[in-house]
Amino acid sequence: MNTYLVSLFTIVAINTILALSLNIITGFCGQVSLGHAAFYGIGAYAGAVLAINGAPFPLALAGAFLITGVFGVVVGLASLRVRHDFLAVVTMGVGFLFLGFVRKQRWLGGELGLTGLPESGLSALGNLIFISIAALLVFCFCLYLKRSWMGVAFDAIARDQDAAATLGIDVARFKLSAFGIGTAIAGFAGAFYAYFSRSVLPDTFGLLVSVMILATVVIGGMGSVVGVAVAAVLLTLMPEWFRFVNDYRLLVFGGLLVAVMLFSPGGLTGLSLRMVRGRGANPRV
Amino acid sequence: MMLLVEIVLKGLVYGSMYALMAVGLTLVYGLLRILHIAHAGLFTLGAFLGVVVTNATGSLTLGFVVAIVVAATVGALIYRWAYQPVLKQPPHVPMIISIGILVMMEDSFRIIFGSYGLSFKHNPYYQSTVGFLGIRFTEAEIATVIVSFVLIGLFSLIATRTRIGLSWRATVTDPAMASVFGISPIGVRYANFIVGSSLGAIAGVLIAILNNYVEPGMGATLSYKGLAIVVLGGLGNVRGTLVASLLLGVVENLGSIYLTDVLDRDAIGFLFLIIVLMIRPQGLVGK
Repeated sequence: MNTYLVSLFTIVAINTILALSLNIITGFCGQVSLGHAAFYGIGAYAGAVLAINGAPFPLALAGAFLITGVFGVVVGLASLRVRHDFLAVVTMGVGFLFLGFVRKQRWLGGELGLTGLPESGLSALGNLIFISIAALLVFCFCLYLKRSWMGVAFDAIARDQDAAATLGIDVARFKLSAFGIGTAIAGFAGAFYAYFSRSVLPDTFGLLVSVMILATVVIGGMGSVVGVAVAAVLLTLMPEWFRFVNDYRLLVFGGLLVAVMLFSPGGLTGLSLRMVRGRGANPRV
Repeated sequence: MMLLVEIVLKGLVYGSMYALMAVGLTLVYGLLRILHIAHAGLFTLGAFLGVVVTNATGSLTLGFVVAIVVAATVGALIYRWAYQPVLKQPPHVPMIISIGILVMMEDSFRIIFGSYGLSFKHNPYYQSTVGFLGIRFTEAEIATVIVSFVLIGLFSLIATRTRIGLSWRATVTDPAMASVFGISPIGVRYANFIVGSSLGAIAGVLIAILNNYVEPGMGATLSYKGLAIVVLGGLGNVRGTLVASLLLGVVENLGSIYLTDVLDRDAIGFLFLIIVLMIRPQGLVGK
């Protein structure tokens, strides 16, 4: 495989992990977050600082995973105070707060970010294999989580938080768990990204990235593990297929968001379910 | 002390502009519970049209008129084509649509007007200054404050003292009951988008004069702050929006002087939002 394809598929795997991790928070547990890129960024910065200070590759990834998860639980506390649109705006605020803080910190490189990270010790292909296995593990974990007791509790909270509380489900604990798990996984992806690109820039983790991750989850179908993974792969590869519209990439992307939401609010999963059911209703087709 | 007064007053200039921009968002949120992020696109559209038309014709008045008419039309079309079909969907559906529209509009501005932005050929209000309490303000800053307060005051009067305002408030409170009394909820929605988008366009032209510069991405950050203001002001509450806007302008200005080594301007605004919401989840003015 040539270098271009290796790095493209590495990005595909990273984006898949990111989308699956937000799907735990937004899809499973119903907490809409517009600040997921901040956790991707926290992981990247944590991983980069650890790596520059001599931590080996596995330790930097594990450290970023834990540190980001702690931040995620703290931000998750906000979901106990505000709901729905308010939570979306608060998490968006967290994204701006993260960027505004990082940009002003000299020890984090300010506007220029951190550069000169050590190598992961794996080759480019090794990196791809490593992150692909990680993406596969996250995928399997999500399938398992969805069927577990915790997944059922998440679903109850997403559907009707008050009813779930009446049934004796500890809403606060499960919401914080969703935020903790989802953000920790995003932090892991961030730390890996830092090793992959050998540098960390504040602009990589802006609001547009948060929006892209959320859009991937919604287009895939909130809560559907397979749908979200497929959407992540397609949405990452699509700009490459549509090279000829490169100058109008954002125009096409925006139009796609609008079109999918207008014609299939349930995303790809809703669309494919409709097609399957439609076929069942008419056996001759 | 003088410095503090100056910082607060300059903050009020920003705040009054935020208010003009946020009223449109508040109207939409109050009526339809949609986070109307694409409002930023209408604001930027107004700003670009204001500059282009004024430069072409030499008349700032014509610039304002064209900006208002086009933005109001596009605002109504966004409601008709993008929001009305999904009103029954969960709130994240119109929100994603709105983000999609903003992304499309920003990219269109870049394609049509170029990514380097535009300036007025002739902008006297940008430089000539007026002294007030020993502080120099540009004429554009003074005009922004006056226009914002007059328009929002006028709007509040209409909302509270006239039959049109009464029907609007009735529809916000209980659409079904309002329609029983002969009010057309659809008509109210269109009026909502037309008024909100017009105010947004005016805010756009004002900030174009204030900075003597417009660029495709200028609306985005403002729009996100607008959402913060809507939330801070309490659900769809116009008076709350005004208070929250002015407060945010002042806090940001104070913060960007005293916290400049730690956080940038946008982060200060959102930090303020998060702190207030954690203490008062219902917003500043809510019950």
